[in-house]
Amino acid sequence: MPHLKSSLSGLLAATLLLVSSLAQAIPEIQNWRTVNGVPVYFIAARELPMVDAQILFGAGSVRDGERPGLAKLTNGLLEEGAGDWSADTIADRLDQVGARLETSSRRDSASVALRSLTDPRYLQPAVETVARLLKEPTFAPDAVERVRQQMLTALQERAQSPGAIAQDAFFKALYGDHPYGSPSDGAPASLNAIARADIQDFHRRYYTAANAVVAIVGDLDRPAAEQLANALVGGLPKGELVPPPPPVPALAASQTIRIPHPSSQSHILIGQLGVSRADPDYYALYLGNHVLGGNGLVSQLSQEIREKRGLAYGAYSAFSPMRQTGPFLINLQTRNDQADTALQVAQTTLRQFSADGPDPQMLEEARQNITGGFALDLAGNGKLANYLGLIAFYGLPLDYLQTFIGTMNGISLEQVKSAWQRHIQPERQIVVIVGGGQNAPTPSSPTGAPPSPTPPEPARS
Amino acid sequence: MSRSRTLIAALWLSVTPAAFAAAPVHEFTLDNGLKILVREDHRAPVVVSQVWYKVGSSYEPSDLTGISHLLEHMMFKGTPTVPGGEFSRLIAANGGDENAFTSRDYTAYFQTLEKERLELSFRLEADRMRHLLLKPEDVSKEAQVVTEERRLRTEDQPESLTSERFNAAAYLTSPYRNPIIGWMQDIQALSLNDLKRWYQQWYAPNNATLVVVGDVDPAQVRDLARKYFGPLPPSELTPPKPTTEIPQLGERRIAVKTPAEVPYVLLGYKAPTLKTATEAWEPYALDVLEGILDGGNGGRISRNLVRGSQIAAAAGSGYNPTSRLEELFLLAGNPAPGHTSAELEQALRAEVAQLREERVSPEELARVVAQAAASDVYQQDSLFYQGMRLGMLETVGLGWNRLDDYVQRLQAVTPEQVREVARKYLTDDRLTVATLEPLPLDGRRPAAPGAGMGHAIR
Repeated sequence: MPHLKSSLSGLLAATLLLVSSLAQAIPEIQNWRTVNGVPVYFIAARELPMVDAQILFGAGSVRDGERPGLAKLTNGLLEEGAGDWSADTIADRLDQVGARLETSSRRDSASVALRSLTDPRYLQPAVETVARLLKEPTFAPDAVERVRQQMLTALQERAQSPGAIAQDAFFKALYGDHPYGSPSDGAPASLNAIARADIQDFHRRYYTAANAVVAIVGDLDRPAAEQLANALVGGLPKGELVPPPPPVPALAASQTIRIPHPSSQSHILIGQLGVSRADPDYYALYLGNHVLGGNGLVSQLSQEIREKRGLAYGAYSAFSPMRQTGPFLINLQTRNDQADTALQVAQTTLRQFSADGPDPQMLEEARQNITGGFALDLAGNGKLANYLGLIAFYGLPLDYLQTFIGTMNGISLEQVKSAWQRHIQPERQIVVIVGGGQNAPTPSSPTGAPPSPTPPEPARS
Repeated sequence: MSRSRTLIAALWLSVTPAAFAAAPVHEFTLDNGLKILVREDHRAPVVVSQVWYKVGSSYEPSDLTGISHLLEHMMFKGTPTVPGGEFSRLIAANGGDENAFTSRDYTAYFQTLEKERLELSFRLEADRMRHLLLKPEDVSKEAQVVTEERRLRTEDQPESLTSERFNAAAYLTSPYRNPIIGWMQDIQALSLNDLKRWYQQWYAPNNATLVVVGDVDPAQVRDLARKYFGPLPPSELTPPKPTTEIPQLGERRIAVKTPAEVPYVLLGYKAPTLKTATEAWEPYALDVLEGILDGGNGGRISRNLVRGSQIAAAAGSGYNPTSRLEELFLLAGNPAPGHTSAELEQALRAEVAQLREERVSPEELARVVAQAAASDVYQQDSLFYQGMRLGMLETVGLGWNRLDDYVQRLQAVTPEQVREVARKYLTDDRLTVATLEPLPLDGRRPAAPGAGMGHAIR
């Protein structure tokens, strides 16, 4: 395809011009601490009269200990009563001012996110509400019981989903007894065993100033943002800094896990340990993965599995770095009778990519997609707030957004290949296949564990 | 508590009319009939470009279900000048994002790009508007991909499967009875000629709307659109035959038995939309009623069924006032452990009965308006959503500016009007009920689960 090459050089020239104009558009991050020492990260966005504020705590499922589900239950109960306010009162206080509140709990972090108008008549009641539910959640016995039942129902929903079953089995096999292997949504026995005192202790220990960060994006000046941060978390007790989770031990051996399910498709996961958020190789791996399976239909996995063979709707791969080593994961689904073929194609594609490194032209196009598309990732307060929450929680440099494009442009093909070969080892791989259909044989050993991020949004509806 | 609630409600009533104003929309029409809508948003050096076609699953005859969606997939398979796969590759290599979606009433294609790259989007979209190559080997392969999509999204998802059967039971003559993705046997039987005819019939500038939102100059966008889309010839369009739903003559029920763990119940009452209503205020009253039931965590369903009686593990309501044809006002949920679908159905019907009998409080109305006014601002944070709203309203035939006075319209709804639409539309004779009755998953117990991991960054 010679015409591709000629158009490519034109594209590259245009990209260089573009990058300089984009750099000016990348917003600046301001950073300070609240009165009680909580780091605050702030981006002023003055165009829309609204604000997004995220408060993140090192209080994810990695802190569950012997009680899988404890972190999520604690997080979910925050909005179910605080001080002398009931869950109904909290809901009313937010609804009446059009504010939106989201609580969520992942492996490393648990968070509360507020979106509100900036007019003080609406913002102030919303902020008071959030501050109180962070500081004085009541964990009333009836609310504990109700949310526990909701989590048990959610577990049942996972059990009817072949994708969720596969994720759980993958994490269990990959992490074993490491806290990342603990199922974030809990397990029936452990959920039933959690006492109110466990939840109160968890909250006391982890929802503290020493264990929190705040990210704010919105229509505020610096003094107003300082005031907002203080109002949200200034009342939190100092607490003690919690040590990071233990390092993840290397995977001892490859393992293939087949779990029968009455589904018409088999869900196939192929993966292994990837990198931590602090690993400098992450950027080279990320760039390489954009060629392999991180860039929608254009990526090699999609080309081989969907475009050439029509085997699946989606086939993707991703690194998900965490405080400690996160997973690398390939994810696809196909009709049961095609499962072995699809698995083979995916594994061959991965093996060749690891051995040969990326095709030079595909690497350049992937790089252009990442750098040329960076402005798209920052277009909107909601998108900025998610980035800022990540930068705040993992303590990434304040100039992270400004340097990202340069970092990507500075990575050579050899660096990608070398990073890939050091980190991706086909001989230490977990493969999970869930499916088989109505006549699938009875499982020999039902297995369970936690999932990874929701698979990327499939292309095309 | 109740004192502060009244105070805040009063504040809202005095404040919402001055709600934040969105940027104006510039409207152009080319000689070949292509409508162009442009909204400036200069917050970031980015532009979203969307092409909307007036065709979707509700335009399909009953033996061609899924053809609009399969054609949407085929639109990425190439033209004489842009080979298959090249569209996606070019957009990606230019730092862009692209995708497409098919619905009951529309099919839309979009790209998000750095603002200087808008021309690429126009060049490619104009090319495939009239010059798509449909090749037999591509059709059979892409039909396979779509069957995998159907397995993923419907066949193996007990609640989606229930919802699909529910629609087929609730509607007898309306095309809303068919799934957007199509029935499996239809997807597998669609032919190259079917697709060619469908493409010829609907893909033309006079059946499309181009929507651009972002850091652009409207006059420049118009000129660029004229350059690329202007030369395309229009088609003679034959509107779809009228396909109204015949009146329902009594309650309908179906059961869906499939391997699952969690029961699910789905209720739908036939209800008018902005397009079909004979009384202009009625859809707004239904929308308010929906907010009373399920607007935020303080809505009646959360308050009374999830937290109060704790019959529901999860439940909610839904109503889409912008559909082209008569809709269903939906209520759905999962019973909490120890409760049955029958109990949850009764509890949901009791909430509806109360809306027929009693007027809602002014505080509840104010809460719905407050949320709508705030949402109006929040929605402007997304270029994509701004374009989506303009394109969707224009394509279903309401006109892009139809919801500009949305918040004021909601604010004008009275407690009596909410009760009136409940009495008129949320009646047993207009109701369809579907229940998911779980069959054993080979007797296996739930696997232990987990939540998401650390955030992803690109």
